[in-house]
Amino acid sequence: MRRLVALTGMLMMLVASAYARAELNIQITRSSDQAIPIAIAPFTANGQQLPQDVSQIIENDLRNSGQFSPLPRDRQVGNPAPGDQIDYQAWQASRANYLVVGRVEPNGNGYRITYELHDVFGNARELGEVVTSGPDQLRSRAHYVADQIFEKITGIRGAFQTRIAYITSQGVDPNISFALYVADQDGYNPQQVLTSNQPVLSPTWSPDGGKLAYVSFESGRPAIYVQDLATGRRLQLTSFTGINGAPAWSPDGRKMAMSLSKDGTPDIYVMDLATRNLERLTNNSAINTEPDYSPDGSSLIFTSDRSGQPQLYRYDFAAGQAQRLTFTGNYNAGGHYSPDGETVFMVTRTDRGYQVAKQDLATNRVTVLTDTGWDEAPAIAPNGTMVVYATQQGTRGVLGAVSADGRASFVIPSPEGNVREPAWSPFLN
Amino acid sequence: MQFSSYAKTLAAAFSVVVIAGCSSSGGTQDGDQGGMTSGAQTSGTSSSTGAAGQGYGQGQQGQIPSVRTVYFDFDRDTIRAEFESVLNQHAAYLRANPSTQVVLEGHTDERGTREYNLGLGERRANAVRQYLTVQGVNASQLEVVSYGEERPAASGRTEEAYAQNRRVVFDY
Repeated sequence: MRRLVALTGMLMMLVASAYARAELNIQITRSSDQAIPIAIAPFTANGQQLPQDVSQIIENDLRNSGQFSPLPRDRQVGNPAPGDQIDYQAWQASRANYLVVGRVEPNGNGYRITYELHDVFGNARELGEVVTSGPDQLRSRAHYVADQIFEKITGIRGAFQTRIAYITSQGVDPNISFALYVADQDGYNPQQVLTSNQPVLSPTWSPDGGKLAYVSFESGRPAIYVQDLATGRRLQLTSFTGINGAPAWSPDGRKMAMSLSKDGTPDIYVMDLATRNLERLTNNSAINTEPDYSPDGSSLIFTSDRSGQPQLYRYDFAAGQAQRLTFTGNYNAGGHYSPDGETVFMVTRTDRGYQVAKQDLATNRVTVLTDTGWDEAPAIAPNGTMVVYATQQGTRGVLGAVSADGRASFVIPSPEGNVREPAWSPFLN
Repeated sequence: MQFSSYAKTLAAAFSVVVIAGCSSSGGTQDGDQGGMTSGAQTSGTSSSTGAAGQGYGQGQQGQIPSVRTVYFDFDRDTIRAEFESVLNQHAAYLRANPSTQVVLEGHTDERGTREYNLGLGERRANAVRQYLTVQGVNASQLEVVSYGEERPAASGRTEEAYAQNRRVVFDY
């Protein structure tokens, strides 16, 4: 059934959304008391009007990581530029641990960004770099600068140049429209990948970041599709009888785990993407779904209600069998490994409803990370520091984000319709 | 394959729409829980409209039963006693019309994860399928498609909305 489906105008459009320029007013719902104070001085531009506020983008990235507390501009000490002598004592008095200064200048038809990171209490310049930018690259280059600052201070690779795929829907049966989008990790530059009047769900990134797999009902039956994001070309990977769901790439990109009910009830299968051969991992009358590979590829976790209620299990490929992983509470589903493989993020049912939680795999300790009773679909940043998830605000489905330590969280309101099922890309640079 | 035979059925259903037009006014009746439209009335690639179903029934043994939705309790796939008569009507109709095909659409409310809910919706539709085959309906007349929570009949986070969304719809 290998079938390349060409781009069709009605169904798929790789177009910039009307909201590409809409301002996203992120609402901070919780701030970390351990966030590092940092001052990002407004980048000077010689009076030139820039299409993007570079220092504001850097500031937002650092704040939304939950690990930094930017100093308000009205509490900053003057407006130093790169190359200036920094009055460290004055900045120490403002209680900023770090200071970022920068300048943006025209460079050909683009820009040249110069920035420095100073350790205020160490009285020292920690970073200094000149970055060139094409005419339309200021946002992405600002994210690059934020990555460098984040990594220099925390020792963790920044993930501000990554992207997030998500699903939107509007309406109720029988008049519902669905769409698949890919946007920058901060919600800007949304690109529509697919629209349909039939359900689209479970987007997931290929390990190289070039493709998305997802489930679409556009043929009237569920099927798994793989779409190349650069070209828009896609293929229908499966068309088995019954459920074709929950695609998950292996870390090497050669296999795809999925849930198929072709043999009666949903079981976990692994498809070799080159040969299309299927290997069946579970064989029982329960619902077995939502596979997610461990980062080293030696095992996968999945949801099964073989015990009567959904719980997470881990299938070990060497042992060829599954063991139950979660025992806290009577509903644990939709598990995803952290990038280091030491933690599993999942949806757990509590007395408040459905919440995003994490389980430490060494101690099995479970920590609930989110606040409402309608939180689900956790997606973990490739550096493991943030989790974006689907939640509700008023009558709308929106995306929320929480730091992996649970200390900081915010909500990204949606302009219209319901937003859900975020999937965080791997590192793209 | 199965998809191509399904496409033929679809084509036949749509041609009936053209012939029958929209003369029927009673084709989209649904369950008794207030103001819902038939799950069969989807746009695009999904199956026929209620009007087509009505037209399709003409010239066959009796009419397609007008109540085409049955509802389920939270996290359950057991057939509620109050819906047995509805299912018995469909069973009688399908026995009398052995060439008629029907898709059993399984749906859930929005609570819980989406992929797990696909499984729950399938379980509900399979429970209806099992009931109908016990009543003597040929299993080849029945196809199960689970939509999970993806196509809610009612929006909102209320028990009423949830109850309307936990359903199996007969899509003739």
